[in-house]
This record gives sequence, C-alpha cells and structure tokens, in this order.
Amino acid sequence: MSGEFKLIADILSATILFAVPLLLVAMGGMFSERSGVVNIALEGIMLIGALAGTLTLRAFNLGSFGPAHPQLGMLIAILVSALCGSVFSLLLAFASINLRADQTIGGTALNMLAPAVAIVLTWAIQGQGQTTILLPNWIRITPAALGMTPNAQSFFQYFAFKSFYLTFPAAVVLFIAGTMLLYKTRFGLRLRSCGEHPQAADSVGINVYRMRYAGVAISGILGGVGGLAYTVAAGSAFQSTVMGYGFLALAVMIFGNWKPLNILGAAVFFALFKVISSMSGSIPFLPSFPSIKSSEYIYLMLPYIVTMVILVLTSRKSRAPKAEGIPYDKGAR
Amino acid sequence: MASLSSIAVGLVVGMIVLLFFDAAHAFSGMGKIIATGVSTLPKFAKVLYQAAPLIMTGLSVGFAFKTGLFNIGASGQYTLGAAFALICALVFKTPWYVSLLAAMIGGAIWGAIPGICNAFFNVNEVITSIMFNWIGLFTVNLMFSNMTGYLDVGNRTLPITAAYVIPKLGLNEAFNSSYMNISIFIAVVCAVIIWIVLTKTTFGYELRACGHNRNASVYAGINARRNIILSMLISGALAGIGGGIFYLNGTTQYTIEKLLLDMGFNGIPVALLATSHPLGTIFSALFISYIQVGGEAMQPVFVTEIIDIIVAVIIYLAAFALLMRGLIGRFIKADTGNVNAEAEPDAPATGKDNTAREGNGK
Repeated sequence: MSGEFKLIADILSATILFAVPLLLVAMGGMFSERSGVVNIALEGIMLIGALAGTLTLRAFNLGSFGPAHPQLGMLIAILVSALCGSVFSLLLAFASINLRADQTIGGTALNMLAPAVAIVLTWAIQGQGQTTILLPNWIRITPAALGMTPNAQSFFQYFAFKSFYLTFPAAVVLFIAGTMLLYKTRFGLRLRSCGEHPQAADSVGINVYRMRYAGVAISGILGGVGGLAYTVAAGSAFQSTVMGYGFLALAVMIFGNWKPLNILGAAVFFALFKVISSMSGSIPFLPSFPSIKSSEYIYLMLPYIVTMVILVLTSRKSRAPKAEGIPYDKGAR
Repeated sequence: MASLSSIAVGLVVGMIVLLFFDAAHAFSGMGKIIATGVSTLPKFAKVLYQAAPLIMTGLSVGFAFKTGLFNIGASGQYTLGAAFALICALVFKTPWYVSLLAAMIGGAIWGAIPGICNAFFNVNEVITSIMFNWIGLFTVNLMFSNMTGYLDVGNRTLPITAAYVIPKLGLNEAFNSSYMNISIFIAVVCAVIIWIVLTKTTFGYELRACGHNRNASVYAGINARRNIILSMLISGALAGIGGGIFYLNGTTQYTIEKLLLDMGFNGIPVALLATSHPLGTIFSALFISYIQVGGEAMQPVFVTEIIDIIVAVIIYLAAFALLMRGLIGRFIKADTGNVNAEAEPDAPATGKDNTAREGNGK
C-alpha cells in the first residue's frame, strides 16, 4: 500500500474517530434543548461519563474478565458511562426544572464540578499523585476478533481497523435510534412541543416537567457515551479532561441547526478540520509557512475559524427551539 | 445572605470530601483552607494579588450578564489583554499605564467580535466566545513564538524590567511579598466605576433594559445592537485589564501552553457568587482567591481540586438560593397571615434577570 493511500486512510479513520464523540454529544445537547433546557453542562457530563467508563475498564483489566471478554467489557463500560452521565445530568434537570434556577448557571456549576470530581476520584482510587487512568489495550477491535485474516496490504483493513472501537457501532445505533425517537414517535413529538411552546403542550395534557427530565436524561446518556468515545479517541489514558469537546459539541449542535442529519454533517466536517490541523505536519500538500515559527498554531486555529465563518454565513436561517432556556412555570400562562 | 449560606454548605461538602479522602488529615486540611489566607502577610498578599484579576474577569462576566449576554470568552479576552500588555512592556518599553491601556484594547477587540457576530449575524455569543477563546490562545502563542529574543527556556516570556511594571508603592516591602502592588486598588476602582456606569447613568440603564427584555427595549427606542456590541466590548476590556494587571507585576511570566487560562473561567463563579453586582464582585473574588490560596497549602496531602468542588457546589446552590429565599419569604408571610401576591418567588430575582438566554431574539 503506497504512502498517499496510507495517509488518506489515516485522515479518514481519525476523522471518524473524532466525529463520533462530537456527534453523540451534540445529539445529546439537541435532545435537551429541544425539550427546552439549555444544556451547557455537556462538557461536565462527558467528563463524568469518561471517568465512569475508564474506571470500569480499569476494574475489568485488573481482573481476568476484561482480557477474556474484551468487547463485552467495553459494552458494559459504555452502559456504565451512559448511566453515570444521565445520573449526573439529573443534577441539571433538578436545578433547572424543579427549582427553576438559571440553566446556564447550573450548567456552569456542573462543568466546574465534573473535572474536580474526576481528579479527586482518580487520586482517591489510584493513590496519591496518580492523575491518569490508563486504558487497557484490549478494547480495540482487531480483524482477528471478527474472524478475518489480518492482511497488512489491504486498504480496507488498514482503514477500518486502524482505530476501531465499539464506540463507533454504538454511535451509529444511538444516532439512528435518536433520530427515530425524535421524529417518528409520539414521545419525540411531545418532547419537541415542550421546547417550542410548553404552555400549549401542557394544555393538551403533556407533562412538561417529565418531558424535560427525559430530554436532559437522554442528553446525559449520549453525553456520557460521548465522553468515553472521546477518551478512546484521544489517546491511551483518561486525564480528567475532555479538552473543551463538550463546548465544541454545542457549536456543532448550533451549526447543525438542532437537527440530527445536519448535526451529523457538522460533526464530520468539524472532525475533519480537527484532524487536518493536528496532522498538519505530516500532510505534504499543506503549505508549511517556513518563515513563521511554530506554524502549527495556524492549523490549530483553523477549525475554529472555519466554524466561525460558516456560522456567520449560515446563522441567519438558524432557529433555536423557542422556549429554550426559560424555566416552565405552570402558573404563568 | 443566600450567598453566605451557599458558602457554608459548600465548605461542609468540602469537609465531607476531605473526610472521605483522608480522615486523619481532614481537619488540618480544612484548617489550611480556612486559615492560610490570613496566616502570614505574604500569603495575604498572594490572596490580594490573585483577587485583582479575578475581580476584573468577574466584572467582565457580570457586566455581560447585566445585558443578558453570557461572556464565556473572558479567558480569551484575558489572554489577549495579557499579550498586549506584555508586548508593550517588553518590546516597546512603555510605562505601565500605557501597557495596561493596551491590555484593555486587546481585550476589547476580542470581546467586540462576539458582540458584532451576535448583533449583526445572529450568532450566539456563547459559541463565538468559546471559539475565540481558542483562536485567541493560539494567536497569542503564535505571536510570542515569533518574538525572538523575548522568550527564555521553557517558552516563557522574559521578566519585565522594574521600570515598566505596575508600581508597588512600597507595598511589597510592607507585605514582604514580591507579588504585592497596587493592582488590587486598580481592580477595586474599576468595580466602582462599573457600578456607577450600570446604576447611575442612562447608558447603564439602557444596557440593563436590553438584558431584561430586548424586544421591549427596542420598542422603547433603545438601539439594542449598539448596546450588545458595547456591552461585549466593555466586558472584554475589563477581562483584558485583568490579564494586564496579572502579568505586569514583574514576577509572573507568561508561559506558552496549549490549554486555556483558568483565570478567565474563574471569573464566571466570581460573577455568579456576587449575583453580577459590581461591588459584590470584589468580595466574591477575594473569597475565591482566599480559598484557592488555602487549597494550595493543603498539597501534597490533598488535591487542590477539592477547592473546585467547593466552589462548584457553592455556585450550584447559588443558582437557586435566591429562589429558595423567595420561598422562605413567602412561607414566613403565609405564617403571619399576610399573603401578598407580590411576594411570589417568580418576581425577577437578581440572579434570574441575568439569564443568558440562548434563544434571545431569534
């Protein structure tokens, strides 16, 4: 396999790898906001999900269960991430739905809380000074595990299995299920109505509070899984940070106009630029600005600048859910 | 009162975490959080030194809140301010007040961009300012990387010569700390000015009116677009000054890193704790700085992040503390048999009218 093919395969597989967490978390944000709750806590939810997932994997790795049943272990870790993410998101739901507190403030508090909890817990579990949780290496899916003969020359195998984790099929399933849930079920219609006009929804017998709880909890599930997907994509260890991906996912969600398919496109687009910027040194056809020192910063800026330009060009048409951010008060009609 | 009770609960939660972590040292750890800030004069000087930029970033976030905008970009504006100030002091050798002015301009530019995007292109300022945090950080790194002769090993900017730093007026000797200078007074003066602008001028009234209800203020003849841009510009300028006063003291050097600076984000809890009141910001910044200095002292037995847990719990509680107070107030009124419809908790409490609503004006 020639060098260019290898490079293209590298770029494509890395794009998919980083698009997965963005897609999941942005979908999560969409569910919460379409139900009427601004979820700025996505960053924190991702962190808690990643923390729970990596701790689970670590526990499996200490025993013999993990190496013996790698993908079952990974599946359980994904479920644990989802569960912990959604439990954590209920803190936001409680503050913003029951207590009608400011959603941005509650979310900011959770964003502060999550990394602190992650660091303290990592330290408490692993002993003083241990701030990273290593990911076991058995979580990657190899061709052999699927019954294929490993073939170093095959473009497809190189591309598909370079960084293939269970989070990818999980994301595909969650994306399709989420889109169906939002548009093809009674629940989805009700959820959307609560984000547009909760008073009207209430008047036809929909329990707005319950719908908003569901929206936030779903965003917790997706955010938690997204957090684990990010950690798997980012490297070999969890370091109590998701590097602002929760906020990027918010941008992806707005860029995607609160619609699943557009969010998918936005996530892939953003991930592609992210990958190009981080691999800028090894891509031959990019200009390298020899007169400027540390020109990698130019490429690091690129995804943000491109997103800004696109937002400026497209946002006239962008439309947020109408009742988003406003606590629902039964008394106020 | 609401803030005080949240602080108390936050500290109790911190205590529980400490106990869970290492029960034997928990009480000495808590003692360090509570007492370190006033234990020695140099420690107290450090509290004041860190509080000054916190006041500025807190004012920045709070000022934008008053206009109904959520400036999460204080970190980027702060970075730009720091860079402009350092370049002035290092390269152009300007006196400190000129450098500080440059810091203000740097922050103002970085704050105005999200304002313009919001006012003219309907792009939510939260997203823009998050993007511009990163763009600002990388721009500054790029600038410093290309300034040959101004970096030492470890990618830090060279220390500034004594002639170009913020005057110390002998305070450094009085406090026995090289950190101490007049920055805390600059910050307090800024807070007072912002308070006067917001509460005593027509301009401040217009800004707050936009924050309460943009449509109503447009109907009343207020130029909402202009106010949004101005509000973000001033907000950015305040954060920029914060960056300036933190790095213009001669001992602190700017390090090129790939992570956003925390000081800008810490402005958010400062503003929230003070319910965006400019004068309250002074005290909440002092408090946050105080427990941070205390948190550093509990190393290496405990992680400093326990402080973040405490602050986060305080903010979470503060988010609905005002509401709780309204409920308690109603409860007491009901007790005395004087039920007054106006005592409803939904009457816009200070914390509530600051809401940065994403759906605003769309």
